[in-house]
Formats: sequence, C-alpha cells, structure tokens
Amino acid sequence: MGLFFLVPLGLVFAISFASRGTYGGVVWELTSANYLDLLHPLYGKILGQSLWYATITTVICFALGFPLAYVIARSPARWQPIFLLLVMLPFWTNFLVRTYAWMILLRHDGLINRSLMALGIVDSPLDLLYRPTAVVIGLVYGYLPFMVLPLYVAVERLDPLLVDAAWDLYASRWAVFTRVVLPLTKPGIIGGCILVFIPSIGSFITPDLLGGARSMMIGNLIQHEYLVVRDWPLGSAVSFVLMAIVMAAVLLYYKTASRSDGRLEAR
Amino acid sequence: MKRESIGLKAVSLAAMLFLYGPIVVLVLYSFNAAHLSMAWSGATLKWYATLLYDGALLAATANSLFVAVVSTIVATGLGGLLALGMERMPHRRQQTIEGGLVLPLVIPEVMMGIALMLFFVMLKMPLGLTTVILGHIVFNIPLVTIMLRARLRKLDPALGEAAADLGAGSWQIFRYVTLPLLRPAIWGAVLVAFTVSLDDFLVTFFTAGPGATTLPLKVYSMIKSGVTPEINALSALLLGISMACVGLSLHLQRREV
Amino acid sequence: MASLSTSPPSLSDGSFSSTPPTIEIQGIVRRHGAVTAVDGISFEVRRGEFFSILGPSGAGKTSVLRMLAGFEDPDEGDLLIDGRSMLHVPPNRRPVNLVFQSYALFPHLTVFENVAFGLRMRRVPAPRIAEQVRQALLMVKLLGKEARLPAQLSGGEQQRVALARALVNKPAVLLLDEPLAALDQQLRQQMQVELKSIQEQAGLTCVCVTHHQEEAMMMSDRIAVMHQGRMLQIGPPREVYERPQSLFVSRFLGVSNELPGKIVGTREGKTVFQPADDGQPSLLVPAVSGQESDRPATLSLRPEQLRLTQERSSLSDEVLSGRIEKVLFAGSEMKYLIRVSRDHLWEVDTRPSAHSAGFTPGATVFLHWSTSDGRLFVE
Repeated sequence: MGLFFLVPLGLVFAISFASRGTYGGVVWELTSANYLDLLHPLYGKILGQSLWYATITTVICFALGFPLAYVIARSPARWQPIFLLLVMLPFWTNFLVRTYAWMILLRHDGLINRSLMALGIVDSPLDLLYRPTAVVIGLVYGYLPFMVLPLYVAVERLDPLLVDAAWDLYASRWAVFTRVVLPLTKPGIIGGCILVFIPSIGSFITPDLLGGARSMMIGNLIQHEYLVVRDWPLGSAVSFVLMAIVMAAVLLYYKTASRSDGRLEAR
Repeated sequence: MKRESIGLKAVSLAAMLFLYGPIVVLVLYSFNAAHLSMAWSGATLKWYATLLYDGALLAATANSLFVAVVSTIVATGLGGLLALGMERMPHRRQQTIEGGLVLPLVIPEVMMGIALMLFFVMLKMPLGLTTVILGHIVFNIPLVTIMLRARLRKLDPALGEAAADLGAGSWQIFRYVTLPLLRPAIWGAVLVAFTVSLDDFLVTFFTAGPGATTLPLKVYSMIKSGVTPEINALSALLLGISMACVGLSLHLQRREV
Repeated sequence: MASLSTSPPSLSDGSFSSTPPTIEIQGIVRRHGAVTAVDGISFEVRRGEFFSILGPSGAGKTSVLRMLAGFEDPDEGDLLIDGRSMLHVPPNRRPVNLVFQSYALFPHLTVFENVAFGLRMRRVPAPRIAEQVRQALLMVKLLGKEARLPAQLSGGEQQRVALARALVNKPAVLLLDEPLAALDQQLRQQMQVELKSIQEQAGLTCVCVTHHQEEAMMMSDRIAVMHQGRMLQIGPPREVYERPQSLFVSRFLGVSNELPGKIVGTREGKTVFQPADDGQPSLLVPAVSGQESDRPATLSLRPEQLRLTQERSSLSDEVLSGRIEKVLFAGSEMKYLIRVSRDHLWEVDTRPSAHSAGFTPGATVFLHWSTSDGRLFVE
C-alpha cells in the first residue's frame, strides 16, 4: 500500500528536480530550473486562474449550500437522512457523465439556449460552453455536496433556541445571521469551504470538458506537460505546486477541526 | 421568521433543482428520437439498442467489470486486514496510519494518476489492465479501511470480552462476533469500492495502455468526438448503475445494529 | 509475601467455615502506567457466598473483577479459584462468567443464541443446549422470548438475558459488574430481590462490584470496602455498617455524625473523649487500642443510634446538647438537623408518630446514645 502510494509520490518529487531529455525522457541532473520555469507569465496565469475559479466555486457553493444545509437541519428528523442522501447521491455517480450533462445544457444548440430563444429573451444562441463560466458551473455542480455535509453538521448542532433568543433580544434578521449563526457554525463553514476548494483547485475533467483553451487549470497543465509536451520534470514541478496548495488547505482544515473540537470539550 | 425561512427554502429548492436538473435532462434526452437536434421528437429506446451492437463499447464494459471486480476483492481483503490489524496497534501508530490513509483521498486525482504512471513506467511495467487494477487497488484500500474502521469503532469492546468470558478463543471471537457484526459494513465497502472503481476516469486515464480501455475512458473519447444520443443512453445507464450500488450500500450500512 | 497475606487477621471476620475458599486473592497489585489501581489486596470468598466489593469510582474494584475474569493480569500476587492459580489463564479457560455492566449482549444474536453462546463454545450437544438454555431462561423468567433480538427487549429483560447467559454455564464464580446500575430505581429494587433468590437457589458463588452501598448491603453475605486500591474493611454488612474501622468506611456506608476532639484518659476500662468545643462535657466511648492522652480523634455515630429528648434525662449512657436547626419531613420519618458545635450538624431520624413529634427549629434538645455505639477514630 505504502509502496504503491508514497513511492510514486516520491518519484514525482524527485523528477521535479531533474531535467528533460531531448526526446522527452528524464535526465537525472539536479536542478531547480523547472520551478523557475513556472515563474513564466503563461504558467502564472494558469495558476492564478485556477485559484480564482476554485475561490469563486467555493463562494457560490457556500451561498447555495448554506440555505440548503440550514433547511435540511431544521426539517423533521425523519426527513433529514433522506434529504442528505438526495444531496449526496449525485456525488456518487460518474463524474464524467455528470459533467457531460452540462455540455448538453450549455451547448450552442443546448436546452438553455433553446429555452432562452423560445422565451424571446435572446435572439441568437449565447456562447455558454468552453468559457470560464461553464467551468465554474461544472465545479459548483460537482462539489456542492462537499459543502452541504459539514454545514449540515454545524447547523444541526446549533441550538434553535439561540436564534430565538437573539430575535427576542431585538436582533434583526441580518444580525441574527452575522452575530449568532455565523460564529457558531464557523468550524463547519471553514470545513465545507476547504472540502470544496481542494478538489476544485485540482480538477481536470471539468475544465477539460467544459472549458476552452483559455480556461485551463493546473490539472490540465499537468496532463498537457506529461502527455502532450512530454516534459515530465516540468509536469512534476507543477504537480508539486498543486500538492503544496492542497496540503496547505488540508493542514488548515485539521487545525480548525481540532480547535473547534477543543472548544466543544471545554464547554 | 416565516418570511426568512421561505427565502431559505426557495434557495434550497433551487440548489436541489440545480443538482438534479442536468441528470434528469440527460436521462430524458437518452430517449429522444432525434439524432442530432436537441428538439424533442418522440420517445425511443433505439439508442440503448445501438449500444448493444457496439463491440468496442462491450469490450470496454467487460474491461471495466473485470477491473472493478478484481480491485474490489483485493482492496476489500487488504483494507479489511489493515482495519482489523490497526485495532491492535498502539494509538499513536493508528493515528499515523490514519493520516496516511486520508492522503490518497485528498490529493488531486491527476496527481495520483501521473504518480502511478511514473511508478509503473520506472518499473518498466507495460501499461495495461494490470496497472489499472493496481491503481484502483491503491485508491480503494483507504476507502475500505476507513469505512470498516468507522464500524469497528462503534463496536462495544465488551462484546469481544463477553465472548472470551463465555469460552471463545480469538478465532471464535472473530468468527462468531466480530465478523457477523462487521458484515453489513463489509458489503457496504464492497459496493462503494466497486462503484468508485467502475466510475474512475483519471487514474485509469494515466495508467491504462492501449487495449485497456474501460467504460469511462470510452465515454471520454466519445464525448471528445462530439455529443451523440448514444452517449446520452450510455450515461443514463451508468448513472442508474452507480445510484443502485450506492443506494444498496447505504441501505446495508444503515441496517447495522 | 504470599504466605504472610493469605489470611491477615484484620481481614477475617471471625465467622467459622469448614468449606475451602472458592476464591483466594493473595496480595495482588495492578498498575496502569504510573497509577496503582490495586495496591496489594488479599481476601477469600467461600463457596456459595455473595461477596460485594464496594467503593467509589476509581477505587480499583473493577480492576479486581477484570483480574478475576482474566481480562487483566496482576503485576504482583496470586489469584486462585478452587485452589488453582489463574495467573496467565485466558478468560475463555476460566471457570468464571461475568455479567457486564453494559450487558454486552451480542446484538446480532437472538436471546436463545446469546444464552447458548457459552455452551456452543464448549461444544455441548444441541439437545442439551436447548434444555439448559430453557432452564436458564426459566430461572430469569424469560421463557417465550427466545427468538427476540436484544434490541427488542426492555432494559430489565436485557439484564436478565445477561444473567442467564452467564448462569447457564454453571460457573464456579459468577462475577457481576455494577449489575443493576443501568436500571431505574423501582426495577433495581425488584431485581435485587430476584438476583439474591436466584443466587441462593442455585447456590452460586458471586463476586459483585458496586458503588451503591444499599444494594451491596441488601444482597451480600460479606462486603469489602475498597478505596484507593486498598481494602479498608471486610465483613458482614451489618458489622461493617455498625462498626466501621475508619472514618472513610463510616462516611461511605451511610450518614456519619461526627464531632472532633481528643482522648483525655481512661475510666472504667473505657476511653474518655473530650469534644473540641468547650461547651460540651467529656464522653465515654468503647476502649480504643493504643490510646494515649491528647491524641486528636473524631467521634462518629449513626443517625438511628441517637434518641432525642427535650430535657436532660438519665435514660441513656451518653448525652450531648444541641439546637434544632432544621426539621425535614420525609414521609416515613422525620429528619432533624441539630447543631452540636459551631461547625457540626448532626442528623437524627425519628418516626413522626413517636414521642419526638414536637421539636421545632430553635429548640434546645438532648441527644442520647449508649456508650457501646460510639465509634472513635484516632487520627
């Protein structure tokens, strides 16, 4: 198990410091050139773009996921597992297929353009597919369940009487949300955001199918360097930049998780 | 309070529509008679029928099933042994291994794919079904182990002691107490591992060689060459299979006493 | 070490027995890391005896039970059952069965299969299993529920299954870990009586661990009070209750009315005790061994050993004055809280219909008791 997992990762790490051979192989010369290459504006743009898409995806997932989690957590107890199952079920189906479903919807000739034209909202079909918007829609669609679950757990633990108490003490709706609900569900919010951010930043299928050449993300760059350009050392270096971002997010997740645990115990 | 919850419910409803809308549309269009247009021109099953005559597709299906079955069996065996073995380890080592188990689940799949590909290439293993199966075993073991550990942790340690007190040796405790109590979780893990293996695209994409095309790889290449009604039908089938597997798995896990 | 602690004089209660002990515990020590859970204890349990180990949580009593069952091994000392050392004998080879505090019923097995488990492990033939399970279920009044799963039973029924599952193996010793702790008050009292009658009927040797002193006193032939890994006192319930050998035992087994002071001498073969509060006269208590003058000591009396009167009378040996501070009506009895010194409130229980009906808060009263009831604990 360790052999088949940690050794390959170590291999990627090692190769990221090697040089590329003339015909695409790996020449074992220690160099940091691959990481320096990443400073090139082209790569910087892809990196920035990936961070941006992942961030927007996280924000939209929160905006959609919080009301959903709240409503589920406050619904009758026997319905809650069913609602949660409904939220999780799409996640367990084939990711490729789910992404493909959006191609049908967003195509020039797709259902959305047809409906818009039939309703007379637009005259000619909109360019929806192969754009950043399509990528973000696909990412939100793919990872929304990851946001809902931890938020549900957090809201479920929140005593509804606290909300009533805030109302009773003259808080406005907005104040109830920002002063009571938000602080008390913070661990769940951070958890959900990180769980959405991690797969978003590392995604490949979504930008590959729904994005165009100009909405590439890190995952596509890695695949491109490996399988198209056959520059393995550079591809490995890109991988480790991605890995570093993901690991930072994971550490942040564990840190907030353990801190909120400690606070619950202290209560 | 009332108005606020109506607002919340509206957003929730929108979110659920967002989750299920595309799937429903996809399934509906798999029955659409029109070949190239998105216009509805009557219901038909002919796209499903054409799938049956696509030899390459059937071969890919056979590959997928083979990979899923083998990797599930091996991963369940190894993952199960690991889960049971971890129970007897000191707490510290359990935590270390647990951290290691989570890692394959959080690192980006692309990275997992290229790492495994590099590994196999360096070992001079020809990329093919064998490497795909090995790759699937690697990501399925942590899944199985984590699921079984969750169940093991819920077991009352007094049950094992009670069995020992009543004369059971360690094999009998395992055979008559631990295993029966673990059985629903084992079946649940088997179904999840099977589903994940059947659906996996990225690790397969990087570790498969020529002739080792699985169903997701086939779907990918079909999508890349254009949207067709056959893909709709195939996609609808895949959706149905995964949902059935997961539904069954959840059902089995919920039955745990 | 072992020969010394086989029967230390302080632990024998004086009653005579001709049968050899079923359990002999010889100076066992059990450490959990830096903590010594059991700190060198020795005792014997006779055949057919109901023996309770009573103590607050953390006293080490569960460790003793787990060592008897075989889940833990002592770090020092020996443990014999029917004359055979049980050191390094695994739980499945020991002639003992344990009723777990949580019952630990196998959730996937029916009542019948739960009870039959031990017999199956010993490869008893099927027809005999059926018969023995039936008898065990009859004994705990659960006939007809064989096919149920544990989750389909009430708490009391689960308790009975756990009992039957252990009984059916006819163990040399039945071990009970807080057997009634999970039951509500009413069921607990009913089960105390039932458990006791099953034990007597089957002639079982029982070792029961509990922190519930009333339960221990009602069911046991002998009680061992355990505290901080040591056995403080072993004896029949009444003796331990009425003649505690330490303040801890006195307080743990019931209400202990206490008054600090010092020993000032001897008179008529008895010890003279002077309460620290100057307002009180000196009192006589049964002779305390190793008495020296000016030794600080504490006097202790049980509420029911005291009688209240309005005026000083000579109806009893010893007398102390106090002021009624609170009167509490508790149904079958009246509780009086009486201040006997600046820092000490005593509790006295009387029947409301008796002669003492008329005390009101603020009244000065006299507390009487016989000299032989007073217990003095030298510090």
